[in-house]
Amino acid sequence: MSFIKTLINGEQGLFKHDTLTPMQKLTLRFVVVGLIYYGFVVIEGMLMRIYEIEPVPFISQNQFFAIMTAHPLVGIFGSTYSIVCGAFLFLVPFLMKKPLWSFRLANWTFLLIAIGTFVFWAAGFVSHYAPLYTLYWPLPADFSQFNPVGGAVFILGIALVMLGTAFFIVNIFTTIVYTPEGWEKQPAGALLGSAIGYSGFRNLFRKNAERKEHLVSLPVAAIARGTVDMTFNTAVILFTGVLILVYMVGAILGFDLKETAVDALLYKNWFWWGLDLIADWLVLIFVAGAWYLLATMITGKPLFMQNIARAALLLELVVSWTVWSHHLLSDQAQPGLLKVLSGEFVTAFELITQGLAFFITLVTLWSARPLKMTNELKFLLGGLTGFALAVPAGIMQADVGLNRILHNTQWVVGPHVHVAVLVGLTMTLYSAVYILFPLLTNGAALYSQKLANIHFWCHLLGGIGMGAFMGMAGLQGMLRRSLYVNGEFNIYMILACICGALLLIAFLAFFINIVMSVGLQGVLGIFKRSDKDRKILLPQ
Amino acid sequence: MVDSTMVLKGQTIAYTLYCIVIILLMIWFALRVTRGKSQLVKPAFFYTWVGILTVLGVSLHIITYNTIPWSPMDLNRKDYNPDKIFNIIVEDHKFILPAEKLVIDCNDIVLFDVTSNDLTYGFGLFRQDNSMLFQMQVIPGHRNDILWKFEKPGIYSIRSTEYSGPAGVFMIEKDVVEVVGCEPVSQQ
Repeated sequence: MSFIKTLINGEQGLFKHDTLTPMQKLTLRFVVVGLIYYGFVVIEGMLMRIYEIEPVPFISQNQFFAIMTAHPLVGIFGSTYSIVCGAFLFLVPFLMKKPLWSFRLANWTFLLIAIGTFVFWAAGFVSHYAPLYTLYWPLPADFSQFNPVGGAVFILGIALVMLGTAFFIVNIFTTIVYTPEGWEKQPAGALLGSAIGYSGFRNLFRKNAERKEHLVSLPVAAIARGTVDMTFNTAVILFTGVLILVYMVGAILGFDLKETAVDALLYKNWFWWGLDLIADWLVLIFVAGAWYLLATMITGKPLFMQNIARAALLLELVVSWTVWSHHLLSDQAQPGLLKVLSGEFVTAFELITQGLAFFITLVTLWSARPLKMTNELKFLLGGLTGFALAVPAGIMQADVGLNRILHNTQWVVGPHVHVAVLVGLTMTLYSAVYILFPLLTNGAALYSQKLANIHFWCHLLGGIGMGAFMGMAGLQGMLRRSLYVNGEFNIYMILACICGALLLIAFLAFFINIVMSVGLQGVLGIFKRSDKDRKILLPQ
Repeated sequence: MVDSTMVLKGQTIAYTLYCIVIILLMIWFALRVTRGKSQLVKPAFFYTWVGILTVLGVSLHIITYNTIPWSPMDLNRKDYNPDKIFNIIVEDHKFILPAEKLVIDCNDIVLFDVTSNDLTYGFGLFRQDNSMLFQMQVIPGHRNDILWKFEKPGIYSIRSTEYSGPAGVFMIEKDVVEVVGCEPVSQQ
């Protein structure tokens, strides 16, 4: 088949969008939008990398910080939320062998996340609203620096995303516990107990013969556990958004509301409590669940130490709710007890819970030797490597002594955040995309294995390299969220920029590969309505 | 004498070695997982691994508390009597210092008490090669104080270590802190 024909019809013309069920199409729409927003993030990242080396004239300083504000939010909400929500709205009914509770609500989740992300991105682009994602009080309400109208539209966009997230939460929990029409009554309480890990925890204290059977599979339990935290973080972000919006509306109407009415330290505590929950459910719990699912799908074998893995999910509940204070180790007004207990010791438990998931996944793979080095396996190993590098880096900075010389340096965002998100999380998601691709497309073939290999190596080396060079700059004292216009750290920033270019190449290789696999007609077809039954997940 | 340079060097060595080991381990795993035969792993390995993780997680903080000199001083600030106190105000993206130059005698324990009258800022001391001596957050409406013992001569700049909007990006007071009276050795 010629290049043009493949570009239009996809590899061997195997992808037929009209055979897809509404649920398959919806899941693919989530993935397409997630990848487009990932493209935004990579381009924004490269622009910032270049600006860090030499401020370019077509980007003003205010624009630079507006990009810095939008960059992580587009990455997390627009890209990762889209892919994760889409995947789990498909996987929970798939693994539980029952229809999704509400297709309509899932569709709203898709629209609200996609539109909300565009709204806040565009508001930042136009108005240069730039309080950064941490929104330290009273900066988001500092109208001597920011336009309240631009800020209000920005916050509205975030609120739309959160509303979409709330719909996702309702859909996931209701799907787990509800009884589909014509089915025997489902034990809602027992299903919920199994899903959040309670039954797994109880089993630890029962003799082998008395252990109760799990009503939901381990990946569903991980999704449910992560969704509990997602509920709280959604509530915190929505509440904070409303608070900021009150000040913005006040400013627009000509009222100067007192910023001191909000205690900056209390605000920082509750906001970080909510923000850190995102790291817990998205980057730790959902990823652990995804590893377990991928390991069992790749090997076709049960998970090693499955009961412990379930119990660890419940342990993570305690950890994730009490861990936020490591973000406030440099705040001198923060009580010392919170710094030591929550900031240091509870945080150290994340090393244990993530270390367990790492070990369980590797042993499950090992128990099925010899395995073929498929795309899903190599990306899974890449994801595991990413977390193996990033989690200890985070544990180090969550130390009272080390935080004094690491806080807000490039170390935090390099070896910890970027390696965790880009290498750990994103490579895990790519593994899921590669393994689910034939299932979601009814057997479409991948266009090029060479492009998949380029995708893998450029992403792995680019992600680790970027984190490493940022970390080296951080250890030399380079701050994040700052500018160095005299080339003080240029050697590290140039090397990080080269690694960023590798990430861009990886993304382009993947994007071209996917478009060539399904064809332009196929991509457009995903967005056309399916005439099949919404309750059916896959074609019979 | 343990200072931030030495601590960061130690961290760099430890983390680099760890990264090399974990990357080699993953390469070895990736090569071996495609060969050989299915093999069961004993639960004892798992429990040993949990034990190692627990020891590592907890011991890190115990070791740093006992080896990094500013850790106990920071957590028990009220038990120390500073030799010198500098009251610093931050307002409108500017540091307002008590004097044009903050001169510190060698081996003095100094309290920096920083107050913000508007936004959340940061307060950090940086060496002339841009490396960091220490930093803290500066929150409006709260006390932000840090104790530091200066044991080496040096000239330091004050820089805000927290983003406070585009207007605060270059909040730097260059070479305004000087430590005098030490034996002439390399900068702290």
